[in-house]
Amino acid sequence: MRPAGRAVADRSNNGRAVELRGVTATRAGLPVWHDATIAIEKGEFVAVLGPNGSGKSTLLDLLLGLLRPAAGTVSVLGAPPGDRGDAIGYLPQRHGFDATTRIRGTDIVRLGLDGTRFGLPLPWQHSHREKVDAAIELVGAAAYAHRPIGECSGGEQQRLLIARTLISSPQLLLLDEPLDSLDLPNQSSVAALVNRIRHEQQMTVLLVAHDVNPLLPYVDRVVYIAGGRVLAGPPHNVISSEALSGLYDSPIEVLQTSDGRLVVVGLPEAPAHHHDRHDQP
Amino acid sequence: MNPALTWNLPEDVRQLFVYPFMVNALAAGTIVAVMAAVTGWFVVLRRQTFAAHALSVMSFPGAAGAALAGLPLSAGYFVACGLAAGAIARGSRTADRRDRSQESAVIGTVEVVGFALGFLFLSLYGGVLENLESLLFGSFLGISTSQVYVLLGVAIGALTFLAIAGRPLLAMSLDELVARAGGVPIRALEIAFLLVLGLAVASTAQITGVLLVFALLVAPAAAAREFTPDIGFGVALSVAIALAVTWIGLGLSYYTNISVGFYVSSLAFGVYLVARLRRRIAHPFGDRPRVVSIEPS
Repeated sequence: MRPAGRAVADRSNNGRAVELRGVTATRAGLPVWHDATIAIEKGEFVAVLGPNGSGKSTLLDLLLGLLRPAAGTVSVLGAPPGDRGDAIGYLPQRHGFDATTRIRGTDIVRLGLDGTRFGLPLPWQHSHREKVDAAIELVGAAAYAHRPIGECSGGEQQRLLIARTLISSPQLLLLDEPLDSLDLPNQSSVAALVNRIRHEQQMTVLLVAHDVNPLLPYVDRVVYIAGGRVLAGPPHNVISSEALSGLYDSPIEVLQTSDGRLVVVGLPEAPAHHHDRHDQP
Repeated sequence: MNPALTWNLPEDVRQLFVYPFMVNALAAGTIVAVMAAVTGWFVVLRRQTFAAHALSVMSFPGAAGAALAGLPLSAGYFVACGLAAGAIARGSRTADRRDRSQESAVIGTVEVVGFALGFLFLSLYGGVLENLESLLFGSFLGISTSQVYVLLGVAIGALTFLAIAGRPLLAMSLDELVARAGGVPIRALEIAFLLVLGLAVASTAQITGVLLVFALLVAPAAAAREFTPDIGFGVALSVAIALAVTWIGLGLSYYTNISVGFYVSSLAFGVYLVARLRRRIAHPFGDRPRVVSIEPS
């Protein structure tokens, strides 16, 4: 337990970006993970790791206020989850637009600003041209932003979707497996892009990933979810033989290659019960 | 009546407006074309063509049942499509949201019963073949003035909904999870759009017939999408295509006595074909660039 004085500091703007205390998450009454305590400072780049179905997207849903914790308290940007929705940029897990999606990248980026708003969009008001252009410039997508997004490559689509999350100038970015469908060079360049933007815009980033290696040069903290438990800390403390063996309750070895990449050996099979949203009816 | 085409185009157009029934047909066609083209743009975007097809099939027993019960046909179209839209909305909630095949299986099964019921009602009604033909393939005869007003009211309602809810509907169609996180009422909009689609189908079926609804609901929007990725221009182009196809189709049908549904469908198909060919010529090697761009950041 932390001293009571910290709770007051958390309310101020200098407080933490994300704080979970003793949180248990359930979906449809089934436990996903329990007793998670995570503290993420403002401006940090955090990788959320773990096997499929371990509850990584569940963590994002809790932070977005789409899911209530079964126990414990969650605070996002010094407020209960859901209260600061306008200050959060969210990119869900997806498998890309196919070639039949004939909507331009610029229009998709713009929806990040006003996509939830009802009302007749009249052509002569609020074109938000400067904001759209600035967000597209930030991710370096100007060359293909005017093409239908279905005609863009996976990496180009991912950059445009990141631009959509950036257009509202969020303080916290929640990116769910943005590297998943990309080839290796694109994985590193998108990871580098996210890192550059969080420095320029002074944002906190939570990025869900399968492989920590493209992110290793940049991450300040790792949240590792497995077997119903959550471990958070600096990357080399969490991704270590001792920590992961304890988390999985079975012997695991973390090896480091000469170029600094981490290789995890001895991972058990994915758990038989899945709780990710993709298995939800 | 025995109108004949002359080489004098203004005179031909003037002749179109001589009979009140033809004025009603043109007014109803115009209203329906605009509503179907705008609704259809969202149908194509949301890939709900199959749901639209189911609704059009279900309007057949509605109209046939109304004829049997001695009620106005348009009431039958609207009630049947409204009920079918509600049923599809219910079915899509119980089915796995990501498993569209389940939804299609439900729709496909219900369609069969709908069609069978339509035939039953029509044969009980008297089994006149002309009725069947005009219900299935459309007719511009006998559109009453009150029917035009009903269509106008329905179209204003549907278009107002799409004008106000169009942007969140677009956002959730492209990325449901982001829209949900942003507080868009996904479920309510899904149901509301299905009901609007039901109204649009019921209205369109009264001009094109049950089987040719897609000539105005899907073909213009699909063609517009091939011409431009711009949202505003795409919707406007879809409306323009639907209007042109409807007016020319009604005019040709008036002079040749061949079903209006045939002309409207063939013209709409022609426009779609041109759109596809044009894009194929512009991008002969397909749309997706084969070169993956990697930029240093």
